Amino acid sequence: MDSLVARYSRPAAFQNETLSDDQYDDFQNDVSPSLSLKFAMPPVAQLTMSSYLHQPSAWLRAATDDRSNPNCPIKIAHGTTTLAFRFKDGIIVATDSRATAGNWIASQTVKKVIEINNCLLGTMAGGAADCQYWLAWLGMQCRLHELRHKRRISVAAASKILANLVYQYKGMGLSMGTMCAGVTPEEGPALYYIDSDGTRLAGNLFCVGSGQTFAYGVLDAEYRYDLSEEEALELGRRSILAATHRDAYSGGYINLYHVKEDGWVKHGFNDTNPIFWKTKLEKGEFTNVTSSLE
Amino acid sequence: MENEFELVEVLLGITGKDFTLIAASKAAMRGATILKASDDKTRQLNKHTLVAFSGEAGDTGMLLQFSEYIQANAQLYSMRNETDLSPTALAHYVRGELATSLRSRKPYNVNLLLGGVDPITHKPSLFWLDYLAALAPLPYAAHGYAQYYCLSILDKHHHPDMTLVQGIKVLEMCIDELKRRLPIDFKGMIVKVVTKDGIRDIEFNDDKIVKCP
Repeated sequence: MDSLVARYSRPAAFQNETLSDDQYDDFQNDVSPSLSLKFAMPPVAQLTMSSYLHQPSAWLRAATDDRSNPNCPIKIAHGTTTLAFRFKDGIIVATDSRATAGNWIASQTVKKVIEINNCLLGTMAGGAADCQYWLAWLGMQCRLHELRHKRRISVAAASKILANLVYQYKGMGLSMGTMCAGVTPEEGPALYYIDSDGTRLAGNLFCVGSGQTFAYGVLDAEYRYDLSEEEALELGRRSILAATHRDAYSGGYINLYHVKEDGWVKHGFNDTNPIFWKTKLEKGEFTNVTSSLE
Repeated sequence: MENEFELVEVLLGITGKDFTLIAASKAAMRGATILKASDDKTRQLNKHTLVAFSGEAGDTGMLLQFSEYIQANAQLYSMRNETDLSPTALAHYVRGELATSLRSRKPYNVNLLLGGVDPITHKPSLFWLDYLAALAPLPYAAHGYAQYYCLSILDKHHHPDMTLVQGIKVLEMCIDELKRRLPIDFKGMIVKVVTKDGIRDIEFNDDKIVKCP
């Protein structure tokens, strides 16, 4: 106790800016959690404290990368299902709404579609904070483009601003998989996929997130370019439902948008649970789920 | 631990009104090489029970050992008792063998689907078993990466009272999706159906080219 009091009652002038030796030791052998409010450092071979200070990305990776260190102390929100596809009447954008941090469901009501302007939408998958911040930042860049050039930004340009930004940060621990969907007079309906590796792809159909494969399954099976508006909305909704049913890291509400020539239209933010039971009981799908007690 | 290369092996099973469909990929892989493009991963246990295996292939692999052992014991039972075990009974027998093996010095690293039609009730059945000796009776099932792509399709398009023609159509949807999205070529599928009359091969068109939209 005395040592604790001593540590926190020292005059500010005597406090070290950098880490003192005993703190350094604490980081190295984090056997039991101490009473102080410090983050225990994840165990990483070869790297010493000083190299962490020079390479913040190495520290971030050690603290957050689930794959290289399953015991990492900070679990970034990763699980998601988002999809977007082009069809004759525009673009359908659909997402789930669950945010997870490790096995913990942090929220069931996340808005994973960001409205950049009334013709442009972005979707979020990967690190919640990265996506939220950088897509809001993209929204700002798009508005600045509008003010500077007196016309709305193209989807190609908007997506490239984001792609160039994430490329600058490549290898520094950004985690995002996003889609930009929009309709502009010069491009028509356009859809781009951008991820934190710096990949930027134009395409007709993308699913992103831990539930992507489940969404692809349903979507690919019945996707056609000449889908009617009604069919396209239903297919988007059903694909997200499929993913929320099979992927533990997806769930909550289905967020549906339709991007048309004169701007996007929102088609609700609906709870998956009643939609699931309606689909099962009225259409006879999900037959491996029992609805009665035997 | 499961092997990367076993995960790309495709095993699919679908039950319908009066049949069970079993499909398995034809590629036999070892490391980054396809050793054989016409491998049959299925084995018949008796007149109306079929198993599809996935695991380390080859003459020395435990897959061959295990599948032969299971098959021989099922056949021995049929000869001794002049009756076949039902698919359910066989599924529980196989699970027992896997469970014993799991805590042995060298456990079998084998996943399987067991499908059949009960010789008395004529009810179709399908069982999902993995190397940890989990057993689940299911209307439709898959192993490996195929699960991630096919289960959502089956969730939507499967109905318990499907006819064989409808069943094959749904199976084709699943295989098309795998051809579209899996980065590795699994060299087509062997498809077999179990009905009350026994097991027969189904001609399956492997040459269909599926493109990403």
